[in-house]
This record gives sequence, structure tokens and C-alpha cells, in this order.
Amino acid sequence: MTYTFGLDTFGDREGGADGTPLSHAQTIRNVVEEGVFAEQAGVDFFGIGEHHTDYFPMPAGDVALAAIAARTEKIRLGSAVTVLSSDDPVRVFQRYSTLDAVSGGRAEVILGRGSSIESFPLFGYDLADYEELFDEKATLFAELLKGGPVTWEGKTRAALLNQDVVPHLESGSFPAWIGVGGNPQSVIRAARLGFSLALAIIGGPPSRFAAYSELFRRALEKFGQPPRPVLVHSPGHVAATDEQAKAEFWPRWQEVIALVAEERGFAIPTEASFDRETGPDGALYVGSPETVATKIAANVRALGATRFDLKYGLPGLTHDQLMTTIELYGQQVIPRVRDLLG
Amino acid sequence: MRNESRLAVLGAGHVGPVIARLAIAAGYPVAIATAGDPDDIALITELVIPGAQPRWASDAVADADIVVLAIPLHRFGEVDPGLLTGKLVVDAMNYWPASDGVLAAFEASAGGGSAGEGSGSSEIVARRLDGSAVVKALNHIGYHELEDRARPAGDADRRASGLAGDDPAAVAAVAELTGRIGYDPVRLGRLRAGRVLQPGGPVFGQVLTLAEFERAVHEDARSLA
Repeated sequence: MTYTFGLDTFGDREGGADGTPLSHAQTIRNVVEEGVFAEQAGVDFFGIGEHHTDYFPMPAGDVALAAIAARTEKIRLGSAVTVLSSDDPVRVFQRYSTLDAVSGGRAEVILGRGSSIESFPLFGYDLADYEELFDEKATLFAELLKGGPVTWEGKTRAALLNQDVVPHLESGSFPAWIGVGGNPQSVIRAARLGFSLALAIIGGPPSRFAAYSELFRRALEKFGQPPRPVLVHSPGHVAATDEQAKAEFWPRWQEVIALVAEERGFAIPTEASFDRETGPDGALYVGSPETVATKIAANVRALGATRFDLKYGLPGLTHDQLMTTIELYGQQVIPRVRDLLG
Repeated sequence: MRNESRLAVLGAGHVGPVIARLAIAAGYPVAIATAGDPDDIALITELVIPGAQPRWASDAVADADIVVLAIPLHRFGEVDPGLLTGKLVVDAMNYWPASDGVLAAFEASAGGGSAGEGSGSSEIVARRLDGSAVVKALNHIGYHELEDRARPAGDADRRASGLAGDDPAAVAAVAELTGRIGYDPVRLGRLRAGRVLQPGGPVFGQVLTLAEFERAVHEDARSLA
């Protein structure tokens, strides 16, 4: 079995040494450095998730990915995720097929919603139309990925009649995943449209997603699709020791969840809930390389996945802390997970 | 199995399968339905909700003693109130504009807590389902935690879940359901009192012990006094 291991960022606005937030621009430049360093550390994939907030100032991750592409050779580069519902699938395809050209065939996309909704009012979409928007646009994106002229008609964008969409892909296609957060009907849709499955597991016990991998496998069979891989995306932070990783991560985690909690009206996390999530049955991978590697290996196996992406960073963590996470993840965690998985 | 109450869970998204699995584990016969053909959810049912029966919504509801509404609130307008006439309906939905967008029909219910302004989302649901006994329940613990935190009665780690409704017999049945699937039921009173369970309220997104739950609700009430 071939396993691949990635890092994802949302462009989390970084903290300076004195605790004040860096500018959006400096954060983006740092993300580019982190992507370049991820390749040197031995990471297989670097993903940037689309966000539109002051604490995740990363609405055009593909531009940052192109900068990383220019300075790297092997690492695969993609979105994590692209909010397809509030974008134009033709445009998303063009941006990532351009990235594929720039990078010599290293582009990927993960399409989904993420847990953020700010792109809907920003681009004039109604969140209540989410399902129809996603379904139609994912269907069109699947057509675009096949290459060749596209004919398509729907309610959410102008129809296409035998339309040649450029640039053409050299290798015919690029990997495309649909991100799923726990709705089994989204798993069925990914299988039906011929996407790979990205399980975003950000809270609660990861093992509950094992049935989703099986559902995906069976649904692919039912729709006459070939086998496709399953990816697990979860947040985490790696430092020399468990204690250090938790001490760095917890205050920032508390802050960002409190921010989101205030925006959305739910309770802020307690240290007890954090301990549960960082424990063996939780969704956070926070600890020493050995702790994180053991947990990744266990969940990759339990969920039948062949790819794991660690969403690193949080608003307020420093560039140095993130570079340490990347170094430890690439040089120690990934080799250790490969050992554990045999 | 001491209870023969039959459940119909409407919704096979994030929430419906979780409630269905918990009810099956508690010994309830469970049917699950969406707006469409049961064949479309046959594979989901087999693998994700083993033991449930995928059915047409009308058939599932006709045979059910308790109907659980676990659909996105913006689809609620598509539900035929006539289908649910005479039924006990558990409203597990939330009006959560920050997460799901603004719905004009529910704007009066924005905000949680027991504030007297406006109307609870379940009261708006109940006004539309005026032939049904609506109980607000199972809405305030996240679907990603609801199963993991369930514990049998008497377990030292058992948590609490609130419910509210105007029909005492319906409230009693849903309290029993809540207790059997793994939470100490907290009866808050009439449906209006269920506002305390909404997003922005003191227990939304929280998984609290009975004592913590009662304290949170009490402090919320005092802060408004």
C-alpha cells in the first residue's frame, strides 16, 4: 500500500515574537516559505484552504501555491478546500489547471464547503441554496476534469455548449476530492460523480467515520466507478514533547474556537474537552512526533485511508513554531507512520 | 425491549443517522426517510444505520409513534404539515444563521437564552405543524458528540439533554427516549422554555452533567431577571 502525507493551512494569521498579529501580507509570505520548507522536510502534499476572514486571510490560495510551485520540484500542491458552491467551476478548473501547468503536473483540488460560510454573502450567494449549488457545480467540475469539450446546463451558471476549456491538462486529469464532514449523502455524491473522498474530522472520535469509507467503497461499486482513495484531514501541532505541543496549541485553540463560538453561538471549549480531543479517541493530533505518528497510523488503518493531511497552524502561532511542526512532521512523524503501517 | 414505540427519523444527513443509531441501540424500531425514494438511502442505511428500515416518508410517519425531524431547517417549508397531523414530532432542528444562513421565516427566533423577545424556532415549527404535538429535543449536543457521550442511566459519566413541549404525554415519551438513548432528560417546561436550548443559549453545543446543565439554565434565567 502506498501512503501519502500532507500538510494543510488556512493561512492562519501568524503571531509575531511579541504576540502581536503579523500582517495579512507577511502571513501569506510565511505560508509560501512553509510550503517550500515542507518539500525539504519530506512532506508529499501542501494544501491551502480558502477563507475570507481577518484571522484566516487566505481567499486566493492558488496564487500562493503557484509561488510555492516555482520554488519546489516534487511536492504536490492543492486546495484544502475550495468553496466550490460560491465559485465558478470553470474558473476553479482554470486556476488549478494553470497551477498544474506551472508546477509540472502537481496540482490537486479538494472541493467542499469547509466549516466557513463567509464566501456566500461575499460573492452574493444564498446559503440556503448550498445543496443545489454544490451538486450542480461538482457535476460540472467532474465534466471539466474529463478534458475535452464540455456541454452542460444548469441553474447556477451559464450553460456550456461543446465548450473547449483551457488550459488543457498534460496528463489528462488531476486528483480531485470532495471534502465530507459527516453527511453520508455527500459520500454517495462523491462516489457517484467519480471524486475521491476527503474526510474532514475535526471533532469527536475518528473511528465513527470507518463506516463512511466502507460506504464510499460500496457506492463506487454500485455506480460502476473504479476504486478511489480516502483521505483524512484533521488539525494538529507537533513539538518536541507532548507537553510543549499542548502548551503552544491550547491557548491559540481556545482563542480561535472562542472567536468562532461567539460568531456562531456555541460554548467555548474547556480544557477537559481539549484533553479528550488530543487523547487517543479524539480528532486533534497534538503532541510529540511519536504521539502524533501513533495516532495517525491507528486512524489511517481504522478508516481504510491511504492519505493523511495534518491541518497545521492556528491564528497566533508563530512562524518558528510552524516551521518546527513542519520539520518534525516531515522528518519524524511521516517516516514513523510508514514504519507503523508496514 | 420494554418499549414498543416506533420511531420515524426524517433526514439522513448529519443528524438523522446519529439519532437513528442511538434509538436502535436503545431498542426502538426505527424507520428512516428523506424527501425521496428509500432506494436512494438503502446503502447508507445498510452501512451507516444498520437495523433501520429505509421507507417513504409517508409510510414511515404513518407507522410511527414518534417522528424525529432531523432535516435542515431551510427544507422545513417543504414538509407537508398534513403528513404529521396527530403525530408526536421531535424538533431536533436549529435556526443557526451564523452556520446555515438567514431564513426569513425564522428570523424572529434568532438568538438563544430565555429572553422574552421574539419566538423560539420550535414555536415557529409548532405553529406550522398545528395538528402535531411538537417537542424540542436532541438539538443542542453536536451530532459529532451525541453518540460518543451517551451513557446508560446511573453511569457516573452520564450527561444531560434538555427538552420542552406543551403536550405532557408527548414530553413524557420524549423524556423516556432521551433517557434510553443515553442522557438524563431535563424537562424545561412548555415549548417556549426550549428557547434556552437554541444557538446562543447557555447549553447549545455543550455536553453537561445534570447539575451543570441545571446551573447553566438557572444562571441564564437569573441574568435576564
